[in-house]
Parts: sequence; structure tokens; C-alpha cells
Amino acid sequence: MTAYRLSSGGLVDRSKVLSFTFDGRPLRGFAGDTLASALLANDQLLVGRSFKYHRPRGIVSAGPSEPNALVTLGSGARSDPNTKATVAELYAGLTAKSQNRWPSLGFDVGAVNGLLSPFLGAGFYYKTFMWPKQLWEKLYEPVIRRAAGLGRAVLERDPESYEKSWAFCDLLIVGGGPAGLMAALIAGRAGLRVILADEDFRLGGSLLSETETVDGSPASAFAERVVAELQSLDNVTLLSRTTVFGWYDDNVFGAVERVQKHVADPSAKLPTERVWRIAAKRALLATGAEERPLVFGGNDRPGVMMAGAVSTYAERYGVSAGKSVAIFTSGSSGYRTARGLSAKGVTISAIVDSRADASDAAPDGVRVIRSGAVVDTKGRQRLSGIVVERSGFEELIGCDALGMSGGWSPVIHLACQRGARPVWSEELKAFSAPNVGNGLRIVGSANGVYTLSGCLRDGVEKATAIATELGFNAAAAPVPVTETETETEGEPSFAALWYVPGARSKAFVDFQNDVHARDLGLALREGFGHVEHAKRYTTSGMATDQGKLSNINAVGILAGMRGVSPAEVGTTTFRPFYTPVSFGALAGTSRDGHATPTRKSPLHEWARKNGATFVDSGLWFRSAWFPRAGEKTWRESVDREVLNVRANVGLCDVSTLGKIEVFGADAAEFLNRLYCNPMLKLPVGKARYGLMLREDGFVFDDGTVSRFAEDHFFVTTTTAMAGAVMSHMDYCAQVLWPDLKVRFCSVSDQWAQMAIAGPKARDVLQQLIDEDISEAVFPFLAARSMVLRGGINARLFRISFSGELAFELAVPAGYGEAVAEQIMEAGRAHDICAYGVEALNVLRLEKGLLTHAEFDGRVTPDDAGLGRMFSAQKHDFIGKHLSARYGLTAADRMQLVGLKPVDKDKDMRAGAHLLKEGMKPSTLNDQGWVSSAGYSPVLGQHIALAFLKSGRERYGEKIVVWDKLRDHEVVAEVCDPVFVDPENKKLKA
Amino acid sequence: MASLITCPHCGVRPKEEFAIRGDASLVRPAPSASDEAWHDYVYVRANPRGRTVEHWHHVAGCRRFLVVERDTVTHEVYSVVDGAAAAREAQR
Amino acid sequence: MRYSAFSIVRNALSGNLNWKPQWRQPQPKSHYDVIIVGGGGHGLATAYYLAKEFGVKNVAVLEKGYLGSGNVGRNTTIVRSNYMLPGNEPFYEFSMKLWEGLEQDLNYNVMLSQRGVIMLYHSDGQRDAYVRRGNAMWMEGVSAELIEREQLKKMIPFLNYDHARYPILGGLLQRRAGTARHDAVAWGYARGADQHGVDIIEHCEVTGIRRENGVVTGVETSKGFIGCGKLALAAAGNSSRVGEMADLKLPLESHVLQAFVTEGLKPCIDHVIVYGGGHFYISQSDKGGLVFGAEIDGYSSYAQRGNLATAEHVMEEGVSMIPGLSRVRVLRAWGGVMDMSMDGSPIIDRTSIDNLYLNCGWCYGGFKATPASGYCFAHLIARNDTHPVARALRLDRFARGYAVDEAGAGPQPNLH
Repeated sequence: MTAYRLSSGGLVDRSKVLSFTFDGRPLRGFAGDTLASALLANDQLLVGRSFKYHRPRGIVSAGPSEPNALVTLGSGARSDPNTKATVAELYAGLTAKSQNRWPSLGFDVGAVNGLLSPFLGAGFYYKTFMWPKQLWEKLYEPVIRRAAGLGRAVLERDPESYEKSWAFCDLLIVGGGPAGLMAALIAGRAGLRVILADEDFRLGGSLLSETETVDGSPASAFAERVVAELQSLDNVTLLSRTTVFGWYDDNVFGAVERVQKHVADPSAKLPTERVWRIAAKRALLATGAEERPLVFGGNDRPGVMMAGAVSTYAERYGVSAGKSVAIFTSGSSGYRTARGLSAKGVTISAIVDSRADASDAAPDGVRVIRSGAVVDTKGRQRLSGIVVERSGFEELIGCDALGMSGGWSPVIHLACQRGARPVWSEELKAFSAPNVGNGLRIVGSANGVYTLSGCLRDGVEKATAIATELGFNAAAAPVPVTETETETEGEPSFAALWYVPGARSKAFVDFQNDVHARDLGLALREGFGHVEHAKRYTTSGMATDQGKLSNINAVGILAGMRGVSPAEVGTTTFRPFYTPVSFGALAGTSRDGHATPTRKSPLHEWARKNGATFVDSGLWFRSAWFPRAGEKTWRESVDREVLNVRANVGLCDVSTLGKIEVFGADAAEFLNRLYCNPMLKLPVGKARYGLMLREDGFVFDDGTVSRFAEDHFFVTTTTAMAGAVMSHMDYCAQVLWPDLKVRFCSVSDQWAQMAIAGPKARDVLQQLIDEDISEAVFPFLAARSMVLRGGINARLFRISFSGELAFELAVPAGYGEAVAEQIMEAGRAHDICAYGVEALNVLRLEKGLLTHAEFDGRVTPDDAGLGRMFSAQKHDFIGKHLSARYGLTAADRMQLVGLKPVDKDKDMRAGAHLLKEGMKPSTLNDQGWVSSAGYSPVLGQHIALAFLKSGRERYGEKIVVWDKLRDHEVVAEVCDPVFVDPENKKLKA
Repeated sequence: MASLITCPHCGVRPKEEFAIRGDASLVRPAPSASDEAWHDYVYVRANPRGRTVEHWHHVAGCRRFLVVERDTVTHEVYSVVDGAAAAREAQR
Repeated sequence: MRYSAFSIVRNALSGNLNWKPQWRQPQPKSHYDVIIVGGGGHGLATAYYLAKEFGVKNVAVLEKGYLGSGNVGRNTTIVRSNYMLPGNEPFYEFSMKLWEGLEQDLNYNVMLSQRGVIMLYHSDGQRDAYVRRGNAMWMEGVSAELIEREQLKKMIPFLNYDHARYPILGGLLQRRAGTARHDAVAWGYARGADQHGVDIIEHCEVTGIRRENGVVTGVETSKGFIGCGKLALAAAGNSSRVGEMADLKLPLESHVLQAFVTEGLKPCIDHVIVYGGGHFYISQSDKGGLVFGAEIDGYSSYAQRGNLATAEHVMEEGVSMIPGLSRVRVLRAWGGVMDMSMDGSPIIDRTSIDNLYLNCGWCYGGFKATPASGYCFAHLIARNDTHPVARALRLDRFARGYAVDEAGAGPQPNLH
């Protein structure tokens, strides 16, 4: 028994006992505990195993910098691996498991790696595992991989929910310690919209473990008073349990609030975590300072902790890290810990001070060893003593905990995330924040102000300045008074001590990744002395703590070895995230069905009632086919629909096409420049097929253009490209030709549009329309507004994507379903059927009509057999000039052809490539590819569209349709891509 | 810039409302211009390190193309103006 | 110093005190036959192959930062040769074959892990496009497999089969593809080049290109003027800037691409998985971190940092594909500056200026190309002749109308 709960004291609520388990062992803590403080209170010193050597490890810190005490919280789908026990708020029912050990934490087979450590130094794997070659893949890599990682991700569906939110404020304060709280108070009283975010579940920061009094009360009570006042201010938002993880452009901060991570049984009404994007006019970084570990032999033994953490456990949680605590310090902070513990009756076995001439006051009766160094530690899985060296003499001092303090570094992570590098301060012996402008200022310990009164003052002053800057009146506020400390006396002084010489065993720099001082030496010897190289070669600072404790010592050691100042070594790059953030929080509600929006056609319900099977098509759900009773496969349904359209009539929902109204005196000119074929002289009341190119001459999209009036057009696009075409038109109208008098807007959602196709289409449709729509009056490509019987305004187009006599009818979206039903009713006597996009696809395939399966962004109009649409006479249109390039007109380009299998029973599938008969497959011999393929029920065989080199010259040639990927090979005859009714007799019937 | 854009029509809006098209300094050549002029217009980019102008399309807002003058290193935004106005200015 | 079992043991027993620097830190000479600008993967590989394969040993690599400080050290480490277009596939397969012998060639373990890259498809149309691609691979003799849904479920059980917005129907698998340890690639090539006599000069920024009578004669640098017979640019995201020093205008935009790594986890993802419902891709490093990324931020940028909106979008795609990622925590995000070309494919070519050679336009596919890029660039520099597998990747392809547009997206860099 070493660590234990003190009989009194701390901010835990001793009346609220919380039961939890660690590795299955039932334990108890109090409300207000972290998992770490509760584990310590239960004398659970050993909490984890390190990454490489599986060394036994204990709690080192009391905050987010923790490298060792990583556990898996929860179980099953609610497992949270690699959770820092030092920030995990204790709750009743919490279950924690240790990691990276087998079979148990106490006895871990992986620890054998420690014996091999001479062979496992930094970068060992780059030099080895290469002989023989085959063994890397089969043996070495699997072994290395199995050793990877710490915690285990279950990869099960997360039952909890997440959300994201924007917030806007005048002042964001990151950190609710003395400086942050005072700043919030001043700014809040002045009327600024303030957000104060702190990662802890309790606001107060260092005030919560402070022995000093403020304005006559204990520091924690002072904090409580300030928080109470802040809570009363409507313009102040307090976000506890909220980590600001990133600073982005325009002073936008990312933060994650752990709304329900501390709850055993989370409410379904609340998210587990919430990501905030906070747009702040001003921000204050009040993130405090981090105490530095000392790098000495055996410094990783459970029981060796940061001195400040020892204080925090004692003062805030009422837990002593040991019965007999030694201190190893290079500055005054270690004495402060000793005084605090001593006041609580904890035995201080010794203070080992690396300095020769320190004048700090040790508690009465405590032995101080000046110019001393801890060179080794004793004990197995917990500390039993330290070996202290002084003037060449060694001494074993018994203790069961050691608090180490190597001085302080401001926590400046956020300030350095946008490219500015930290600045070495000789005065602070630390890297301090660069000047990053008025948007983000640094305050308190993060600003190198290490006294409590100084932090309070800095908070007051910076907040006052910001309030004034933003035009608020900040009333002069007195700085709270601290009891004993004056601003200069309380200043912790320390000597920079990057490495303690004379280590008798491994002296760890990065605990989690097991990087010890010698690894850095090896890195330097091998030419990896640059701080980024050293990091990458040794993995120092690359663990889950991102080197919060270790980086500064690594820099110092490199500087020492290279004989330069730490300023010259510099730091590695600070990047988001300050502490790790879950995928779930960052994804928010965008998951599963909500990953992207879902669009449903206005005819969706009609299709559903008619039994449609739906298929995703971009954001849309489209009806794919309409199975009928007795049909066993989709092909049966599709074949029936196709044959029925060819023989009778069918109705297909084409509402998903992009639809754009174009108006204006220059509308015709605008469209004429937009499409490669002429549009100027399109008569009113007519529709025309149009082909749009990109400026590089390749087909961008196709669709129809209808003219309702001289200055009014209606444009359709493909479903897939609706958004892109609209944006392209915006660009052309606004940027290229801003002087054209043209206005347009998307009406894709305003119209329900349906194709009525088949020899009986007119007979069906005429029943809904009084006007004559006969061939003579409303011929192929007629387009105009109509009024349906019953008074519904509609637009009717004589266009066809099936080669049949066909109409497209557009009605206001809200009437779509009713009109579709009407048409079905009217068509009953004519054997009308609903048909889906699969049948639509077969119908167009039989006619050699094209979709984006053909227009893949690399196809010219001529490739597609549409060269006649390219109007060389037009003065200018998008894509004209570059279409003349050699590569776009070369004779060996791949051209659209049809394919029919020589053996009529064979099938072909899209994606196959084409080879000349008898030629070996090779990239050079590749003749082309199949863009679309399917079974034609009309022809009773499979047909395909393909792009074939110089294809139009090769009709009649036999070619191998080569689908090696699916082990499928067919000989096909090259033919014209129009398989059915090449004279278009049916179309114009 | 990477977080917020002040649209001259809609005010301060988040980045994800915009689609970025690219270099706004390009001027589409006359139809009769040389092959080289067309090649440079479509394919060559100054790609400055520092101050640049870029077309941002406010697709989820006013649907205007904006000319955003900004720095490619610091991401500071110097100005945002309507693209049509800028284009007219350039053509004058 | 050659690495062998013997050298490992001998050094371990002597406290690892006798290892030597993996490459020298030479002072620049006044003149080199070839100067390569850019000490990233491509520049170092070029130097290595120039010296080893083409006998050009009087070579310097100039790097303005530390060696490997560019994209070779900030990518998602994927190597693959699953391209569709005839201009690309032979080149990337050539690269893949070099990867497969790289460790023995370099005597340096770059930890190539041929764990398979699978690209998921979510619709019939996407499947057809992947089939087209898979068959294009087979045309080049590269094995590819179409994995259908039921088989995929057994192979990768944790994908979002039941609730995805876009159903996961299957995938195109290249088993030989995988990952490699990115930093080790830079270091291994550096060490190899150094052993063949190449001078690698770090912290040496090129500030100007000197020309006499239209011919390049050397470079001004932060360490003074250095003369050269031939100058080869391999400056990735900074290509436009270096090119500008010789009045070259390039078909490039620099864009930032973010990548991410999670906390270390026990092995759970055995392949490189690419989501077809977006651009998301993920694999697990040998240290246990899940390494992933998706699309570029979209605006031109020289800053090696990204924005939060894009990062969030990446996570959304990740959780959409693998719901179980939800509770995994992301450790770190970083950004690399990509030299996005106008057709999404790279450029390896001479320039209009004598003795000036260009290697750029890698978009976000540069890492996998490192060996072939170096080899083909060295071939071009040494012999003044384009390597057969790089013939489609010439600079004049845009003027001639032979863009290699794998995405079919046209001349807008941020769409590739």
C-alpha cells in the first residue's frame, strides 16, 4: 500500500461514492474524481504498458498530457480505446481496462522486448528484416503489425449520436484557470459576448489545486464565486468539458464538447459529443503551462510522477501519491509540492535538487540534496526507492513516489497551428508563443506569467484591452489579492535540465513510444539531428500525447548533443488536434442515410404505388423497374417494359433531369455560345437536342433546348450534371459575358416531368388534352405550353429518348402524382405500363442514344458520332477553339460503334475492352472499350455500345470483347450503333 | 478565408457554401486569338505564392461568382467583389 | 555502411555507437553535371537512378528545408498501379515493379506492405467504370480482381453494408498494391544516392536560375552560385515558383491536401480501402495509427495546413464507410502542397530552355510514383530521351490535345 486517499481535503464529494472497475476489479471513488485520481486512491499504480518494450507504467500527469495511463473505457460498441485516465471523469458504473498487455497487466509476455532492446533501437526496422526477401511479407511484417498500437478499436456501429454547431462571440477564452476566469469576468461584465471553454469538467484550472488564498478565500472557493457570477451573465457562455482543438483561418476555432462522456447511461435526447465551430472576433489563449519531466535513469517506473501532478492529486482530489514521497527538481516548483504534501502530513523522504545554490524553502525537517541527481530507480512494478548521486557518491533513498519537476513550458499549441513558429525565450528557458496578431492573444502562464497574482492581473489587463478595442466600456476592476505570494517572489525559478547525466538504466524521453535518451543519440549519429528527422526516426513525440511532455526535452537533448541553443534546434510543427478528437464528433449527424441529402422525384409516390424498385442515382432515388407478380428477375420486368413501350405505350418518370428557364433579349445568343450546335434560329414552339462542350473541346453534357418565346427558353440537362451545368451557366453569364441580357434559374424541383413513349402515346395523352396534338399539328420536336383538361398548366414536348413516338409532359411538381395517375388511367385500355430507368436505358441503347456512360469526359462530339452537331460556322462557342487540336481530330481516335455478339446467345458487359482477334492483350493492342451493354428484347440478343479505334471504318469487323476481370470473352461484330429502326420511322409516326 | 468568406451579397458565410473554380485573372481570348493564347487560357496558371485572385461561386447562397483576392500562404482575404462587376471592369 | 544481420548484431553489442550518418552533409561544389532542385522522394530517386543506373555521378540534390520535408513525408503512403488510361497504367506499373525490388536495391527497409488496395463501388455505373479500369490493368498484365458484395463482406466485415447512403456493392482489388513507410523511402534513396557519390545539400534554397544565351548554366542559392550542366526541377508544390525563375509558365495550381492519423490501435484494418461514395481512403500503419485522407481543400494554397470544414467532411465520409470509426480518435491533421496539373496527370519532360528538365504535376499521386518518376526522369536527363513508359506524360500534351485525364474532369485542377 503506497498511494492512498487522505482523510480529508480535496474537492471531491466524499458523500457520493462511485463504483467502477479496473480490469474487472471493483473499486470505489468519489464524485469529482478522475479515473486517475480514483485509481491512485485505490493504490492502483500500475495502469498500462508501453508501446515498444511493454514496460510497466503508472500515472504521470494529472491532465491531457498523460503518456502512460491510457485505458479502454466502456465495452462492446461503446468502447473508447486509448482514453487518458487523467482526464476521464469518474462515474458510477465506469469500466476501464488496461491495454497493450497479454495475458495480464501484471504479467505481460511482450515485456521480453525489453531484453532485445539493444537490437530494437531507433529506426532498427529500416536496417533489417530484408533477408531473405520473401520473409518480410510473410513473417516480419505480420509480427511487427501484431505488435502495433495500444488500444483495440472494436469497429462496431456506434450507438450514440453526435452533433455540430456554430457559435459566434466577441471573445473566446480558451482555458478556465485564473487568467481565463478573470478575463471572462472583466469581458462579461463589460457586455462582450464571451465564450469560456475549458477541457476540465470543473472550471478553475490551477485554482483547484492551489494552496494560496485569493481575496481571502481558498483559491477554489474564489473560482467558484467567479464561475457563479459568470453563470449569471446572459452574455457569457461557459463550456466546460470542452477542448478547443484547433485554430483555423479567420479566427475560427474548433472545439469538442463532451456532453455525455461522463454518463453511464446517456440520454438519447443529447449527443455524446458536440463539435463547435466558434467564430471569434478576439480570442485569449489561457491554456497555462506544462511541467517538464526529468530524463533520468529509470524515470518510467510506476510511482514516478510530475511534481505538479502529485500536488494536484493531493490538493484537488485528496489523494497522496505515496506514503513517503521524494522530490527531484531543477527548480522551485518541487519545493512547493513538498510543502503542500508536508502540510497534509505526507512524509517527504528527500528533495533532490539538481541546482547547487537554490534558496527555496523546504518543509521543516526535510532533507535537501543539492547538486544531486537521481540516476536510477528501484522496485519492480512500483517504485521502492531512488538512487541518488551527488559528487560521485551514490545513495539509495527509500520512497514509494517521486515527484519530478524540470521547470515549465507555456502551452502554446493553438497559437502555432497556423504556420507561426514558437520563439525560444532565454528568459523563460522555454518556447513561447509567436506574435500572431490581435485575433489571438496569450494570457497567464501560457504567456510565461507563472505567479497566481500575475495570472489574475494578466487576465484583467488583456480582457480590458480587448473590451476597449471592440468598443465596450470595461470598468476598472481591482486585481484580486493573493495572500502570501507577491508577483516576483512566487515566480518559479528553475535551471533547464534536459538530461540527467549518469543514468544507470534507460532514461526515457517519450514514455509512450519508449524513446530513451540513447535513441536520440543514435539518431544524431546517423544524421537525423534535425528536429523533424529525429522525431520521425525515433518516433519521439508521435504517440497519442503528441509529445506534450517529451518534446521539449528531446529538443534540449538534441541541442545539447549538437552544442547549440534550443532556439537553433527549434520545435516540430504544432498541428491540430490539440488532443485527439473522435471521428464521430467531427462527422456529427452526417452518417448512414444522412451522409448526403436524399432527393425524391415529385413522382416518387406514384412510382412507389406502382411497385417500383428504386435505385440510387446521385442524390436521387429513381424508379429502376416495376416488377409484376410472377416476374422472378429484374430482367423479366425490364424486358416486358421495353417490349410494351415498343408495342404499346409506357410512362417513365424523368423529373430528375435538370431544368433551367432562360430569359432575356440575349437568351438565344447566350445558348448559342453555350452549345456547340446552333441555337440562334431555333423557332418558337420547337425543341432541339443540344450538346455542350467544355472549353477543352470534350463533351460536357447533353440535353434539350426548347423555345417558348423569342426571349424565353427551357433547357434540360442530364440528371448527373444538373448542378454542374447550372454552375457553368452562372460562370458564363456572370464572368465571361456579363453584358449579355440573360437571366436564368433552375426549376428542376418545380416541374414533374414524365415521358410517355410508344406507338399509342398520342392516343393516351390526347385524352388529357383538348388541343390537337396530332402529327400534323404537334410534330416531332414541337414544344409548347398547354392546359390539361381540368386546368392544369403544362408543357408538352415531342421528344424521345426511346426512338418511339414519344412526348415529355411537364406539370407543376405538386400535380405530378395526380397527372401520372390520370395518364395511367387513360392508358389502361392501351396497355400502358410504368417503366423505369433500366428499361429507359435499354430503349436508348437499342437506338444508340448516349448517356454519361459514353460521355466520360474524354469524348468529342465526333467520337460520339455527333460531329455534325459541331457548328464550325458559328463565330464562337465554348470549346470551339481547342476542338481543332491534333489530338482531338486524329484519325485513330476511338469512335462510337455498336457491337453484336457473333454467337447470339452470348452476352457482353460494360467495362470490357476490345482486342483484334488473335492479338495478345497489351496496352498497345487495346482497341477500345464497351461503354454500355444490355439485352435487347426486341432483337433477342445482347447488344453493346463501344468506343473503338477508328471504329466507324470498321463495321463488319469481328472483334474480341475482352473482360479478363470477369474471365469473360466474346467475339462480336462491329456495327452501326443504332440497332433498332435506323430510319426513325417510329419516332416521327 | 478557409473558414469564412464575406459575400458582398450575403454577408459572412462559411466556406462550405462555396465552390471554388480557380484563377480569376484569366481573360477568355477572342475566338480569333492564337492557339497559344487559347492554350495558355485553358491550361497555364500563374499559380502565385502570395496575393492571388480566385473565383468562388456562392452555390449555396446567391449563386454569384465572386472574385476573392487573397493570399495563398497566409490565407488572408483582401477583398471579395462580385465577379460580373469585376469582369465588366476588366473588359472596359 | 551496408546493413546486414552481421552489422546489426555487431553494432548492438557495441552499444550502437558506431553507426555512421546515413548520408553526408557536404558543402556544395562549384559545379555539377546535374543539379536536382528538390530533396523530396522524386528528386532523391532521380539522383539515385542517375548515379546507379545511368552512370551520372557528379550530381547534387538541393533541398531548401530538411531532406524529405515535402510531400514524401506528408502523404498517406499508398502505393498502387490501378490506373485506367494507357498513358498512365504502364508508368505506374513500372513503378510498382520497382517498389517490389526496392528494399534489396537500396539495402534499406522501406517496409513495403502489399496488403491490397480495394476501391469500393456503390452503383452499377461505378462498377462498370471499375471493370473498365480493371481490364485496362489486365491489358498491361497487372492482376486485378472484382470482389462482389458477399465476398467483400467476408473480407472486410466492418464496412457499412446495411445502412450506407450509397450501398456498398463490391470493389476492385489490386492485391499487389499497399503501403510503404514514407520517410524511409526518402532516407533510403538519400542513403543510396549518397553512397553513389551524389551530394545532398540540405537547407539550400534555390533563389534564381542563371541562363547564358538561353542555356541554363547554374543556380543561385542561399549557399551561393552553383554551376551545372543540366538542371532538373522536382519541386512538387513549388514547381511554379521554381519554374518562374526560368520564365516557365506551367499548367499547375498548388493546392493543399490534408491527411490524418488516428491514435495507435491494435491491427483492425488489413487493406487500403477507398470509398467510392467520396474520395476517402484509409489504411493502418505498422505502428497502429489509421492513416487517411480524402479530397483537397479546393482553393490554391502554399500553406501546409488545411481547413476544418474539409476535415469534417473527411470524417463524415469515413464514418459513412466504416461506422465503427465513430469512436476512434483522430490524433493529428497535416497538409501537403500538391502540384495539381490540368489533367490530373504528371509531367516529366524537357522544357523550352536547353538543359532544363521538368518533373511536376503529381497531384496527390506522387508517392506511389516515386521510383518510376525518379527512374524515368533520370533516363530523360541522362539520355535526353523520354523513357517509353513516360511518353504520354510530356508537357506539350495539352497543346497537342492529348491530355491524360483519368477523372474525365477537364482542365480544372481542383476537380482531379
